[in-house]
Amino acid sequence: MSEIRNYTLNFGPQHPAAHGVLRMVLEMDGELIERVDPHIGLLHRATEKLAEHKTFVQAMPYMDRLDYVSMMCNEHAYVLAVEKLLGVDVPLRAQYIRVMFDEITRILNHLLWIGAHALDVGAMTMFLYAFREREDLMDIYEAATGARLHAAYYRPGGVYRDLPDSMAQYDTVNRSAADAKRLNANRQGSLLDFIDDFARRFPACCDDYETLLTDNRIWKQRLVGIGVVTPERAKALGFSGPMLRGSGIAWDLRKQQPYEVYDRMDFEIPVGRTGDSYDRYLVRMEEMRQSNRIIQQCVAWLRVNPGPVMTSNAKVGPPSREAMKSNMEAMIHHFKLFTEGMHVPAGEAYAAIEHPKGEFGIYMVSDGANKPYRMKIRAPGFAHLQAMNEMATGHMLADAVAIIGTMDIVFGEIDR
Amino acid sequence: MPLTAEALAERLQDTLGDLIVDTTVALGEVTIEVAAENLLAAALQLRDATALRFDTLIDLCGIDYLTYGDGQSTRFTDKPRLASVIHLLSVRRNHRVRVRTFATDASMPVVPSVHTIWPAANWFERECFDLYGIIFDGHPDLRRILSDYGFIGHPFRKDFPISGHVEMRYDPEQRRVIYQPVTIPPREVTPRVTREEGYGAGHV
Repeated sequence: MSEIRNYTLNFGPQHPAAHGVLRMVLEMDGELIERVDPHIGLLHRATEKLAEHKTFVQAMPYMDRLDYVSMMCNEHAYVLAVEKLLGVDVPLRAQYIRVMFDEITRILNHLLWIGAHALDVGAMTMFLYAFREREDLMDIYEAATGARLHAAYYRPGGVYRDLPDSMAQYDTVNRSAADAKRLNANRQGSLLDFIDDFARRFPACCDDYETLLTDNRIWKQRLVGIGVVTPERAKALGFSGPMLRGSGIAWDLRKQQPYEVYDRMDFEIPVGRTGDSYDRYLVRMEEMRQSNRIIQQCVAWLRVNPGPVMTSNAKVGPPSREAMKSNMEAMIHHFKLFTEGMHVPAGEAYAAIEHPKGEFGIYMVSDGANKPYRMKIRAPGFAHLQAMNEMATGHMLADAVAIIGTMDIVFGEIDR
Repeated sequence: MPLTAEALAERLQDTLGDLIVDTTVALGEVTIEVAAENLLAAALQLRDATALRFDTLIDLCGIDYLTYGDGQSTRFTDKPRLASVIHLLSVRRNHRVRVRTFATDASMPVVPSVHTIWPAANWFERECFDLYGIIFDGHPDLRRILSDYGFIGHPFRKDFPISGHVEMRYDPEQRRVIYQPVTIPPREVTPRVTREEGYGAGHV
């Protein structure tokens, strides 16, 4: 009788389903997974150490590069931590803008997740559908911030600038005038009009995605009963966000520990029942619809409530361009703020937000200088990927891909 | 409604008693300091005591107080240099706490591992070991996690230069990738400045 041995399989780091640079050493018994050892750190850039050598504003753009599919949410946790230490008040309009962009980012993230997850499992079409809508969302990013991905829009004390009154138009260089007219039809008004138009269209798009997937036999065969996590285990493993809610725990920081103006928003928290990949899929789909509702509420408020978007505290927010040119005091403030940076009182603060992937937190320690003394990024994906061994053991090799997909892994935040 | 920070601090004091060395309430957050030898006993209480129920370990990280305050602040200067900081969350009771544990011996910093209490601590402790060199006593698999295979040193310590010690390049003569001492001169674009209390106050 021949001897049967386990063998070791190296998955990644250059595997399309590894969502970046995940290297997994899989110990296999035939096609069954016996043990998973994820090797991470291939994208480690020491963001936390770099931030110790940058002023508080200079370190902010690094946040975009953490989870590079939910940029503004990362920024949000960072500015909340700095604001907590500073004790600065943020204008209400800036808070609404942040909440609106957080939810736009959530849709942006979930669209990439559903596209990539479905592609991993074998459904090609989803990816194309999801990217069609992502294009509009990235245009919104671009109109507000000038960048489609790495926005660097939030600042301690508010946001960088107010929302623009016009949208960029498609030109007729490589397309007919009729095409350009059709594409520009919803870009005639302000950015808020464009967002509003998107929010009206989006529920129908969600219906399309669900038609493709929710009752799809193959999709269900690949997801139902895969990677089941019980509620107790989910808490013990440090899960948060959709991973925790998929296991049936109604925990959402937007409701439980509201920040900014989430307590004024009307939305529901979807919760799964079985804790498998399919339930997590359903939770995220419903989250997109709820985010859409929040966006609509923010648009309605922002339309009728103009106001400042940056704190008037001169030690934190820059003076207006006009004041800077006419007022000595304002000019000095501007100079000090942009050369030396703001001084944050000594202390430590932890600020967490409900990031699309879970609880994203920044632990900031300041010793009173113009740079952070220590900054720790609490990335939700780090805790989720840690559970890979537990979730995948006993499943087939092909299910490992489905489990990576359901975790919504992005290496920018895990490796930091 | 979540507890106020003061009420939670009181509750922690009632439950943990002598296990707590120091309690700080600031910015609506509670920080307790626990001695390394008492950490496991305290952690068990934090998780299981009915009034606390910290069921989720949110974060565990290292911190190096070597240059804290650039010699101007006396806070933390009389303490050992390295500490591990745990952030806990109670999903059930909706409150948070921060637990700081100093590793008494700076040359051989040891802190007990809490992975038996919160399994999530596993990777966070590996990361802390990797970046700060804090050894977690009782950890089942204390390997490096973020830095490169074969990396030497603990990069997040304050005496580790930001540009590192070695750089990697392809050597056409030896026809392989080699490591050599860094050639980038260290530079600081914006200097680190600490201003006195009340600097620039009164000017708006």
